[in-house]
Amino acid sequence: MVESITSKPLTRKDFISDQDVRWCPGCGDYSILAQVQKTFPELGIPKEKIVFISGIGCSSRFPYYMKTFGFHTIHGRAPTIASGVKLANPDLSVWVITGDGDSLSIGGNHFIHLMRRNFDINVIMFNNEIYGLTKGQYSPTSELGKVTKSTPFGSLDRPFNPPLLALGAASTFVARSIDKMTHHLQDMLKRTHQHKGTSFLEIYQNCNIFNDGAFKNLTDKEVKDDNLLILENGKPMIFGSKKNKGIHLDGFKPEVVKLNGKFSVNDLVVHEESDRNLGGILSNFTHSEKFPTPIGVLYCEEKPTYEDLLYDQIKSAKKRLGEGDLEALLHSGDTWIIK
Amino acid sequence: MMKNQKIKNKEIINVESVVIRFAGDSGDGIQLAGSRFTSATAIVGNDLGTYPDYPAEIRAPAGTLAGVSAYQIQFSSKDIYTPGDMVDVLVVMNPAALKVHLSDLKPGGTIIANKSNFKSRNLKMAGWESDPLEDDSLSNYKVYDIEISRLVSSALEDMNLPSKTVERTKNMFALGLMFWIYTRPLEPTIKWLKVKFKSRPELVEGNIRALKAGYNFGDITEIFPVSYQVGPAPLKKGTYRNITGNYAIGLGLLAASQKSGLPLFFGGYPITPASDILHQLSHYRNFGVKTFQAEDEIASIGSVIGAAFAGNLAVTASSGPGIALKGEALGLAIMTELPMVIINVQRVGPSTGMPTKTEQADLFQALWGRNSESPMPVIAPISPGDCFYATYEACRIALKYMTPVFILSDALLANGSEPWLIPEIKQLSPIDVKFAVDPGEDSVFHPYERDKETLARKWALPGTAGVEHRIGGLEKENITGNVNYNPDNHQLMVNLRAQKVESIAREFPAMDIYGDTTGDLLVLGWGSTFGAIRAAVEKIRDEGMYVSHAQLRWVNPFPSDLGEILVKFQKILIPELNTGQLIKLIRSEFLIDAVGVNISTGKPFTKSQIIEKIQSIM
Repeated sequence: MVESITSKPLTRKDFISDQDVRWCPGCGDYSILAQVQKTFPELGIPKEKIVFISGIGCSSRFPYYMKTFGFHTIHGRAPTIASGVKLANPDLSVWVITGDGDSLSIGGNHFIHLMRRNFDINVIMFNNEIYGLTKGQYSPTSELGKVTKSTPFGSLDRPFNPPLLALGAASTFVARSIDKMTHHLQDMLKRTHQHKGTSFLEIYQNCNIFNDGAFKNLTDKEVKDDNLLILENGKPMIFGSKKNKGIHLDGFKPEVVKLNGKFSVNDLVVHEESDRNLGGILSNFTHSEKFPTPIGVLYCEEKPTYEDLLYDQIKSAKKRLGEGDLEALLHSGDTWIIK
Repeated sequence: MMKNQKIKNKEIINVESVVIRFAGDSGDGIQLAGSRFTSATAIVGNDLGTYPDYPAEIRAPAGTLAGVSAYQIQFSSKDIYTPGDMVDVLVVMNPAALKVHLSDLKPGGTIIANKSNFKSRNLKMAGWESDPLEDDSLSNYKVYDIEISRLVSSALEDMNLPSKTVERTKNMFALGLMFWIYTRPLEPTIKWLKVKFKSRPELVEGNIRALKAGYNFGDITEIFPVSYQVGPAPLKKGTYRNITGNYAIGLGLLAASQKSGLPLFFGGYPITPASDILHQLSHYRNFGVKTFQAEDEIASIGSVIGAAFAGNLAVTASSGPGIALKGEALGLAIMTELPMVIINVQRVGPSTGMPTKTEQADLFQALWGRNSESPMPVIAPISPGDCFYATYEACRIALKYMTPVFILSDALLANGSEPWLIPEIKQLSPIDVKFAVDPGEDSVFHPYERDKETLARKWALPGTAGVEHRIGGLEKENITGNVNYNPDNHQLMVNLRAQKVESIAREFPAMDIYGDTTGDLLVLGWGSTFGAIRAAVEKIRDEGMYVSHAQLRWVNPFPSDLGEILVKFQKILIPELNTGQLIKLIRSEFLIDAVGVNISTGKPFTKSQIIEKIQSIM
């Protein structure tokens, strides 16, 4: 997160660039863009301190539509460019916009290393479980057996579990939201900004052209309440259309229980965002048939950021050794004079 | 001091130039002995050139041919340019070292061998059928077989050090002996040992004893009747230090950072022979230097592009395989016209090749190793000391023209060293950096608006209000920087990017020609071959032939006077440590029937290889 100081209040309009938005009509990206443009004035960051950095893919066109600083880079490499930006100027609010293919396939290595270094960078991953820009190949988050242009007989590799991957890579903030849940998404964008450290926000995003309905069990009115676990810190994990189901922990083993006498609210797990183990348990609900899909902040714990540690090293080196003296350095070691 | 220690009946002979080579197992401390000899030699005012040659394996099995490490130094009372061709004195710590390096010893040259290691197992491992120190296979040389291991263990006898530790001081014994033979002072090495092993006084003591034992062995025994003196060379006045190419690059970056007022950001990933630049810079935190060891080569150039976007002096260094990985990102750097410096310390390829050996075969990679039309300026330093100036110049050009700039160094320059006149920081050309400012309420900021003279676009830093803009890898509309697919615009942008790089040639001074400006033959080199070519041409000219020498530092763009220089010679000879890359550029650019001399052995040119070629075509 970056300190919030603004002279004049910004509005949604201040963040809309003059470029035509060119996603397919009906794409979930429109909603995400709208929520970002709506939320950003509330974050209180001066516009010139905001940098959006993306890789390649549909989602990665995002920076062109924001009237801030933006850098549309190359496939998978946005985290590396963002790291350089943040190290050069830690005062900036740096946002990586990426997709499931960009960050988990071609950019998988950079993704995990960004997490473990804990730069104060926000990573927004649009997960549509498909390759859109290249027109419909399966992605590293597509379900096993996915029939696509490049896998007519079904895909053979199991999908990544993005929050679990982030946790495994020592991420300090893992959250999830859905394109269609506009208010929830706005809240998550704010939380993502507030966290100092690498914040990972996965957004389930519908690709209505190549993978339409991938998340309909989480967005269709009739079924979503039974399939979604909306996490709130300090609150028991209740879900279901009648709020009659919850998550109970038997030791480390989670189970879905019905609140019908045998179990009451008091038997349910109370969400504790800073509990890394709980974050792991919740992440494992992803793709599970037994458990609801958790959204919200799965895990959040502040740890020192890479850039703070680096700038501290510089500060203490200057204190200990004095400001670097180039003349002295050039003349250090064995020297001799020719007269 | 030297003469006081000398026994009167021993004679000192003056010589002009000497080439010595230390060789042994990679764990024998050969590089250390070599570099200490170099320091002592620098201090007595000789000109010198060095060539460390070591295996890629950190500790290959002891006693094997693969594990041999060597360090060569030429020192002279006159101006020299190379580490020398054939060796006058070969110091070998084991039979493998003798096997590997004997062929480079001059007929009648001197061998100093650690006899303690010439035992049947070691001899067999090195492929000697019988002990060469005992049979007559070395009859053409002066051989001094000395029980170095035994002598150091008796010198350190009462110290109760582990035998392995004692054995490790034998390099100091050999060094001490060489100091005696060539009348160099011991004090700088003693002082250095005291700092190096500050926390281990027993090692300071043990190494000093071994060093002195070696020195006294030369002084006292009857084996060496003479010692040699190499007088100071007529170098320019001033304060000198010895410097390697990699170290000079680090200092050049620091100088450019200070003169431009920009913080230095270095993103790197360890790779031989470039890693030392990362190591060196990581010590300069008190200069505000930010070093970032990324997760891979791609991430390192990515971080550099990001740091350049945000306003740092951004630099990366790697070697051929790493540069290949960076290729796509370099295209992005060109498209976004951001200033940065990319250093390639070339090594032998293809693929992993021979990581510690030298080659100049990445010229085409630097020029064309990216998709599409992606021009980038390329500068190739010509000596270890020149690495400082070439680096400084690369930074200045990158910032002035808003472009990535390649530096093509190589393993020879990186690890080789020479005496270096320490520059005055004040004398370096200024580096002025201007950032874009808010154009005001009624105007729109245009990130691709260009300076009329340099064609550089504006550097607009995130954090500056009023200059918010978006850039990326998609083709840019000139001036606005918006994404643009218009055919005419793409043509214009391709032309502008090329023109901008071409126009850098206006910065170059007139080419320096050694010898006559017209004649029978011009030897044209680029980069690190400077020393060998200059030494060869000097020799040839002494014999009365009209041969001249010019060395390219900037290989892209070419200096604007290169064409007119070339046509004034009957023949053009282009020596390169590759199968002919510059020669193809010269032939296609100037339609000149140049002749090449090309080797791909992992070794630098010797003077005689170039002389032979000159003689064959004259």
